[in-house]
Parts: sequence; structure tokens; C-alpha cells
Amino acid sequence: MASAGWSSTVASSRLGVYVHLLSAQVRSQAQYGTSFAIDVVGSIAFGLLDVVTVVVLFRVSPTLAGFTFPEVFLMTALASSAFAIADLLVGNVERLRFYVRTGLLDAVLVRPLGALLQLAAMDVAPRRVGRVAFGIAMVALAAVQARLALGPAGLALLAIAPVAGAVIFAAVFVASASVAFWWVESGEMANAVTYGGHDFAAYPVSIYGALMRRAFAYGLGFAFVSYYPALALLGRADPLGAPAALGYCSPLFAVAAAALAGLVWRTGVRHYRSTGS
Amino acid sequence: MIADASHPRSRSLIAPYLAFVVAGFRRYATYRQAMVAAIFTNSVFGFLRCAVLLAVAGAGTGVVAGYDEARLATFVWAGQGLIGVVLLWAPPELADRIRTGEVVADLLRPIDLVWQHLAADLGRAALAVLTRFVGPLVVGALAFHLYAPRRVWTYPVFACSMALAVIVCFGCRYLVNAAAFWLLDARGPQIAWTLCSGVLGGLYFPVWFLPRAAALLLTIATPFPSIIQLPLDILVERGGWVEQAAALTVQAAWVVTILAVCRWVQRRGERRLVVHGG
Repeated sequence: MASAGWSSTVASSRLGVYVHLLSAQVRSQAQYGTSFAIDVVGSIAFGLLDVVTVVVLFRVSPTLAGFTFPEVFLMTALASSAFAIADLLVGNVERLRFYVRTGLLDAVLVRPLGALLQLAAMDVAPRRVGRVAFGIAMVALAAVQARLALGPAGLALLAIAPVAGAVIFAAVFVASASVAFWWVESGEMANAVTYGGHDFAAYPVSIYGALMRRAFAYGLGFAFVSYYPALALLGRADPLGAPAALGYCSPLFAVAAAALAGLVWRTGVRHYRSTGS
Repeated sequence: MIADASHPRSRSLIAPYLAFVVAGFRRYATYRQAMVAAIFTNSVFGFLRCAVLLAVAGAGTGVVAGYDEARLATFVWAGQGLIGVVLLWAPPELADRIRTGEVVADLLRPIDLVWQHLAADLGRAALAVLTRFVGPLVVGALAFHLYAPRRVWTYPVFACSMALAVIVCFGCRYLVNAAAFWLLDARGPQIAWTLCSGVLGGLYFPVWFLPRAAALLLTIATPFPSIIQLPLDILVERGGWVEQAAALTVQAAWVVTILAVCRWVQRRGERRLVVHGG
């Protein structure tokens, strides 16, 4: 009894510490009001960019691999909102290579808290809330534009798809940043799968060649971010022949991806050698 | 006698800048792993962007806004190389030096800050042509059918156009950084630059996908298409020699304009500079 009570106190006080770290970070960034406002506007503008690109492409082309504008727009909106949520929560984990190179990670590891959650709390970027809000608004707009006739299962999928997509992106952010544990000078290579994954998921999988499909859609699972959920929502068969129910499996895939990324992260932390300088 | 006297003087004026060109080349030659990582990343984005643009062309007759499929593929892959040459997204080194006050050490030297940075950037770009430009182009040529320019003069004209693009892009980045003289935190201009340079410059889609009047206005009234769009149009021979000459003229005009603005901003900025103690 006593030990159970003790551990629950520790757990709640730990949560308290994370909340404390998080709110300190938010308050410190809110101190510089103008900078913060500019950053929020910039963050929304990056979301807007996704939409503008799709609109411009459909200005010169009636369809994209057989998909109409409302259909592709739904995929773009799902990808954009999922990416924005992941970017808000763990996007700055890409700074890991900087922490490894300078040895700053030592300070994180000696504290009695999880290293990944600490990094997420320390580097959280509340300005990115702008892009999240914009992304979610775009999903709603896309659902209306595509005239989706959804039952309860469909509505649940529409609500869960951006979250599941965010978990997949977050897993890719963490796993690709972990490369820095082995290769500090990996530079912007992780961008190819994080930002690249976002670009990939904005369009139907069927426009890509075999190589990109294997690597991004199935290997890294970006088809589960937007393509399969959108097909399920639209009630369209996959031109590539995947079963229609796959869209409803994206939360399952997201859980598996998160577990895998956690494994990579823990292996990386164990492999970590300080700079010694 | 006069010639003898003026000769060492003119050499001493040029020599430091030549040294900066060489230093810029050698500095980036040491970042070999970063170079490989950049070529890999730009190539991945090449595959993604190429697929999107070819899907756009594939939905119609195969020709869109004056580009056939081979030209579109070349537009994408040469573009992925070109962003490494002009260095579209560079870390804000100068802005950081202004914010911390370290820029004072640069201003104490008897050489001009704009020309110094331009010289170093030209050296960096020369190396990038051999590495970051060639890398994605080879990958693209292996995976896609690319368009080889038919007219012999296109090659030297493209080389000139690329050089002008490097200078225009340098000027834009310099102005974004120099905003720190006034703002200290140049993140706003930085964000605006990142957004505009890609979408208005032709990186995500050729500007000719926009209504013709808007595209023309962008090309003439903003420097962005001079960095990516116009060199690529010259390379894939969109239009004849008249269009190529017009593109080169617009770029040259932007080089003169942007360098003049850089010099003016620099002079004003130096007077604004407050070095924070602490």
C-alpha cells in the first residue's frame, strides 16, 4: 500500500515537472511578443503554402493520377494537419545532433526524467500552434468540399486520422533524429524523411514511381497518414489494389511506428558517448 | 612610373577579395559529410517533386505551361542542384554576428563587408557547382529522361545565368540578415524569405503555372524568379533566344539593383548598429 502510494506520488510529481518545464518554455517565448506573433503568422503561412501549391497545380491540370481536386485536397489537408501536430510536439528533436555534438545531452541524461520528454518540453515551439489550427480548419474545409457523407465510423476516422498521422510523423522525427547518436554530422539528411514525408503524403501514392512508393508509402508507412484514410473517407477503391479497410488501420500502424521509434531512441541513448570536452 | 605605382595599389584592392573567394571555396570543401547529406536530401526531394509535376503533365497532353515531360524532369532535377549552388536556405550567420555584436570585428577591417561576403559566397558557389549541382543531376539522369539543351549557346548562357542567380540570391540573403541591424531578431524576414524564395521563385512549381500576368509581374517586380525560375527556363530552352536574352537581362538588372540596395542598407545599418555590452 505504502509503496503504491509512493510510486503514484512520484508519477504525479514527475508529470508536474514536465508541465512546469513546458509552461516555463511557453512563458519565456511569450515574453518577446512581436517575435512570437511573427512566428505564429509565419507558421500559418507555411500551412497556407501547402494549400496554394495544390490549388496552383490544379489550375493547369484537371486531375492528378485520376484524382480530382477535392480528393487530393483532402489528402493534403490530412498530411498538413498531422505534420503540424507532430512538428509542434517533437519537431525540435531534430536539434539532437547539436546536443550530441556539444555534449549538452549530458545535462539532460543526468536528470531523473525521461530524456525524450525533457527534450520535447525544452524545445517545444508553441508558435507552431498556428499551423495546427490552420491544418485542422483545412481538414474541415476539405471534408465539406469533398461532400463526404459520413456515418459514425467515418466521422471517427476523420477525427482520428490527423492524430494517427501525427504519431507516425512524430515516430519518424524521433527515429531519424536518433541517427545523430551514431552519425553526428548527418546534417539535414533527416529532413528527407520528415519534411520529405510531409511532401509525399500531400499527394496520392499512385503518382509516385515504384522506388518512392516502396520507400515512403510502405517502408516508412506514410500511406497511412493521408492516402488510405482519405480513400476510406471518400469511399474510393485504391487504384493500386489495397483493401478499402486499410484506412481504418492507420491508428494501429501509428502505435507500431511509435513503439519502433521508441526502440531506436532507447538503443541510441544507450549508445551515446559524451564528447568528453 | 605611374603604371608601376598604380599596379601594386590595384592589386592590394583586389587581392583580399580574391583571398575570400579562395577561402569560401576551401571552407565548404571541408564540410564533406554535410555535402553528401545535402546531395542525398536534395535528390529525395527531386524524386518527390518530379513525380508531382509529371503527374500534372500526364493528366493532359503531356505538355503543361510550355514544358514537355523531359523539360519538367530537367526543371526539377537541375532545380534541386541549383538550390545548392545559390544556397537558398543558409544559416543566418551575419544576423547572429550583428545580434551578438561580433560584427564590429568585421567592420574594423579595411574592406567592405558586402563585397567580402559576396567574394566568399562566390567561392562557395564555385565548389557547389562541382558537387551539389552535379550530384542531383546525375541521380535525376539515371532515374528519368532528362532534356539536353539542343542549342550550343544555351550552355554558356546558362552558366552566366547561374552566376547571376548566385549574386541575386546572395543579395537577398544579405538583406534578410542585415535586417538584424534594425530588428536584432531577424526571424520575421527570415521566415518571409524562406516562404517567398521557394513558392514565388519556381521551386515548388514553375511560375508559369500561375496566370501569365501574375507570372510576368513576379519575374520583373521581384527578385525571386531570377534565382531559380529564369536559369532553369534558359537551361530547358523554354522559348527561343529572345526569351533567353530577356531572362538574362532581367537577372542582370536585379543583380545591379540588389547590390546597390545591399550597399545602401549596409551604410545605414552601420550607423544604426548598437553593440550591447554585458
